[in-house]
Amino acid sequence: MIEVKNLTKTYGSITAVDNVSFQVATGQAAGFLGPNGAGKTTTMRIITGFMPATAGTVKVDGFDVFEDSFEVRKRIGYLPETPPLYLEMTVRSYLRHVGKLKAIARAAVAGAADRVIEECGLEQVAGRLCGHLSKGYRQRVGLAQALIHEPAVLILDEPTIGLDPAQIIEIRALIRRLTTERTVILSTHILPEVQQICAKVVIINAGHIALEADIAELVRERSLEEEYLRHVSGEANPALARAGAAAAGLEGGAAHA
Amino acid sequence: MRNVLAIAWRDIRSVFVSPIAYVVLTGFTLLSGWFFFNMLGQFNRLVAQYSMLQGMDTTWLNLNDAVITPLLGNLLVVLLIVIPMITMRSFAEEKSSSTFELLFTSPVRVGEMVLGKYLASAFLVTAMIAISLVFPAILFIYGNPELGITAAGFLGLYLTALAFVAAGNFTSALTSNQIIATISAMVILLLLFVIGWPAEGAGEPIKSILVYLSVTEHFQSMLKGVLDTRDLVYFASVTIVFLFLTHRAVESARWK
Repeated sequence: MIEVKNLTKTYGSITAVDNVSFQVATGQAAGFLGPNGAGKTTTMRIITGFMPATAGTVKVDGFDVFEDSFEVRKRIGYLPETPPLYLEMTVRSYLRHVGKLKAIARAAVAGAADRVIEECGLEQVAGRLCGHLSKGYRQRVGLAQALIHEPAVLILDEPTIGLDPAQIIEIRALIRRLTTERTVILSTHILPEVQQICAKVVIINAGHIALEADIAELVRERSLEEEYLRHVSGEANPALARAGAAAAGLEGGAAHA
Repeated sequence: MRNVLAIAWRDIRSVFVSPIAYVVLTGFTLLSGWFFFNMLGQFNRLVAQYSMLQGMDTTWLNLNDAVITPLLGNLLVVLLIVIPMITMRSFAEEKSSSTFELLFTSPVRVGEMVLGKYLASAFLVTAMIAISLVFPAILFIYGNPELGITAAGFLGLYLTALAFVAAGNFTSALTSNQIIATISAMVILLLLFVIGWPAEGAGEPIKSILVYLSVTEHFQSMLKGVLDTRDLVYFASVTIVFLFLTHRAVESARWK
């Protein structure tokens, strides 16, 4: 269960995320959509405990990310936009290192690394250096490190960005397999991906939540594309769009800063 | 503690699987060997010349004063240049890649990161100084230098190097740019080196403060073979202050 309440993050005078609230139920996969610079990465970084919020709270399984940061970190697997690889390490030794950092018991580290190597289809490259891998494989190693401590919650920041079509299909299949029993937030620009993987969609635009809905209900009248464009352009909620447009110019660079 | 060792071990391995460690160790050995060779050569010439003269005071002409002390002085200058290059990666590299996000979303305390990074850099510096012990070893085999003075001198060099490592880690924690980290570390170390210069002309209490802050002052006193707690406390406090500042710098990086 992820509970984001009145979350605000400012960088100096720039407001990247403004009073954002949404929920993801236990075992549910939520697609997190929005234009570039809308505040997706910032929101995800706050949920994972990487950076503190300016205001508002985030609770993961009832633990506050700020107050009980370590409890939350133990429960979250996080794949940042760029997989956090040490390029000079082999895949296996990298995953063992991450296992140690994630507080897996000493005796279980090697086994956990082998488990995620198998889960993510990395057997062929386990002995190779991370720096020598293709982008698709790096993404898989990124997923493997997010899974190594068997987290109940997965936060994936644009896991299929920059991959070729075959790799996208592979990674997507992998994610679908991984999300069956986990609470997931997945940010992406590929709308069919959300429909394939997620039960819920959250659209964020210029730091504000534009839509939070179940996909099944949402797509009864219009396609997800139409809904997305309606909410991002502000047709669906003109007042919010005006506030968003004023801030949009400023926020482009901030969310990824 | 386990996290400290995990982080230190990863950093040490990363330095030793890349050419970095070998370039640093070879370069340091080459330079220090050159210093040693020349100082010893000069010492031999002087001994040969003075042995032909009668009645001269030659008590200053001994291995400690003529070889080991100037060698240690030169090694310190080399360390002043090399250590910022060893420590520049520690935090700056993680910050410029997404591995910083991995560290901060894992259950690892900032203090554990700081100590782990410090131990890793200190390990390489320890290896460098351990290699340089071969020079006094040669002197002990073929000559008769004073053990106490030699040991205190090398201990002084090592403690200074450990304090330098802490300062280098600190500047690396301030930035994601490794060049900025290196140069600012060099500036800090050089300042610690020369901060005592105006002391002679200054009045109290400025004079005592400058003398106390100067690395050279404490290093010199150890070179003389004096094991004074004041010097040990000085090196320990410089190290601790920089470790503390590193902790603050890493912590504050998240809040920006």
